[in-house]
Amino acid sequence: MNAHTTELVVFAVLFLAVSVMGFVAARWRRPENIESLHEWGLGGRSFGSWITWFLVGGDLYTAYTFVAVPALVFGAGALGFYALPYTVVVYPLVFLVLARMWSVSHVHGFVTPADFVRARFGSPTLALIIAITGLVATMPYIALQLVGIEAVLKAMGITGHLPIVIAFAILAAYTYQSGLRAPALIAFVKDALIYIVIIAAVVYIPAKLGGWGHIFDSAAAKFAKTPAPADGILLTGANQLQYVSLAFGSALALFLYPHSLTGVLASKNRNVIKRNMSALPAYSLVLGLIALLGFMAIAAGTKPIVGPGGKADSNTIVPVLFDQLFPDWFAGVAYAAIGIGALVPAAIMSIAAANLFTRNIYREYINRDATDAQEAKVSKLVSLVVKVGAVLCILLLDPQFSIDLQLIGGVIILQTLPSVALGLYTRWFHKGGLMAGWAAGLAAGLWMLYLTPNPANGKLHFGGSAFALKNLGLDTPMTIYTGFLALIVNLVVAVLGTLLFRALKVRDGEDATSRDDYFADEGDPRVKDLDLAGSH
Amino acid sequence: MPDDKSDRSPWNWLLLVPIAIPLMTFLYNADEPRLFGFPLFYWLQIAFIALGVATTTLVYRVTRRGRRRP
Repeated sequence: MNAHTTELVVFAVLFLAVSVMGFVAARWRRPENIESLHEWGLGGRSFGSWITWFLVGGDLYTAYTFVAVPALVFGAGALGFYALPYTVVVYPLVFLVLARMWSVSHVHGFVTPADFVRARFGSPTLALIIAITGLVATMPYIALQLVGIEAVLKAMGITGHLPIVIAFAILAAYTYQSGLRAPALIAFVKDALIYIVIIAAVVYIPAKLGGWGHIFDSAAAKFAKTPAPADGILLTGANQLQYVSLAFGSALALFLYPHSLTGVLASKNRNVIKRNMSALPAYSLVLGLIALLGFMAIAAGTKPIVGPGGKADSNTIVPVLFDQLFPDWFAGVAYAAIGIGALVPAAIMSIAAANLFTRNIYREYINRDATDAQEAKVSKLVSLVVKVGAVLCILLLDPQFSIDLQLIGGVIILQTLPSVALGLYTRWFHKGGLMAGWAAGLAAGLWMLYLTPNPANGKLHFGGSAFALKNLGLDTPMTIYTGFLALIVNLVVAVLGTLLFRALKVRDGEDATSRDDYFADEGDPRVKDLDLAGSH
Repeated sequence: MPDDKSDRSPWNWLLLVPIAIPLMTFLYNADEPRLFGFPLFYWLQIAFIALGVATTTLVYRVTRRGRRRP
């Protein structure tokens, strides 16, 4: 008998219960006809405040976050806590922006951010760039959800890839059938489990370890002994700029990810979105407490599981901590929370990626006269392909590769900000300027990531997103978030490019949206997809 | 009727407060004073969540439209 039997049984039962829910979801709030992207891909654009809260919360706060953030706090200390200011700043930042995005999407029937760019700037090419950027940024993110499940399975003593393949096959099947309704329904269970586990953890574990004061003191003592100068329970002079730019840059990037917008566009009116900007920070509180699990692991003397290659997998510290301190049955519940926590975002991300392909590649370049039913069919198939791709990523490549790609993904998705977010406010930019800015930001971002080593694991390139300013010839130990610098490059080039193209009188695209579209609400008239069939 | 529909309101400027404050590290990058064993760095940043919630709630309530409609 395996020492983890109780944990495994609890985990398996909860996992299966959720899978059944995923299939049943097709009947939940059943539409007359699910064969369109508005139904399959956006749940009928009808979700109220509660469903949206669970869905978007379940989408943004992923399983990978739950294992990686405390792992970062465990390894580096205060810097890992950037996740908290990041998720505080983001909601007031996007409060008005998302309402505009919802309105214009409601009027014009947009499903993806690239749909909006296509109509706003009248440029299929710019839309394609935005769509591909979204796809490239989302794919590794899906693969990372598997890393989250794998961390839990490792802690239960399960190695090998078969369980993950099975879990993803089930996920793929019910996403295919139920579309966005599946993660929306499962999110209720996922979030309830997460809240229960975290409340239990922050009450129970500190009591067992001798109180919060002791936990922070143990962490401070550990960091004082390490040779690394930048770790500790407070920020140092060298990493404060990194902390702030990472929090702010991540906040700017969050709702540029196609899957974040999927949850927003599925809500039924503007007020649902605005109310959620006040309600979603409840998850930030949970995330802050989860981050502190990293310090609890230090105080409890938790050791990450060492893989076959002799490399310690720091992502396993939270599962191992639970195994160490919780009774078996509750550790099982906690593992299920993380495992199910991987399913919700993985489902939404694959739907978002599939919608990008369908709307901005298939419909634009392959079948211009696609019907709603054809769009839904293509999206369903692509959502399967995307999941197979994610599993292959994990099976065939070093998981480190997915982690690197996700790091790059955060930097490159920020490069869509001028077109998508600024585009909601101004039509000043020329489409050519936006493309030039995107290319420059991308090149600058990749170059900076390439120059960044990671001394902790001996990697020379793509070792993290903290770009050392001394690379630019500045005499300082300070680092800054790569994505933030790349975005500045992007904006400067986009402005100069726009001025240049205007001066040369290069033809710009037509704007298919009008001012009032950005303030429309539920019940206001819609345009029936006219703009997407517009001129090239 | 260009201004029939708009998000424009002076109240929106309040949203800058919970964006700016959490990014000012000098406000909270210290160990003391501790609260329930939490160093200032951690408890104050957690408290910023309440600042964010209060601000977005306030701005939502005072700028809500719809009641004007017939």
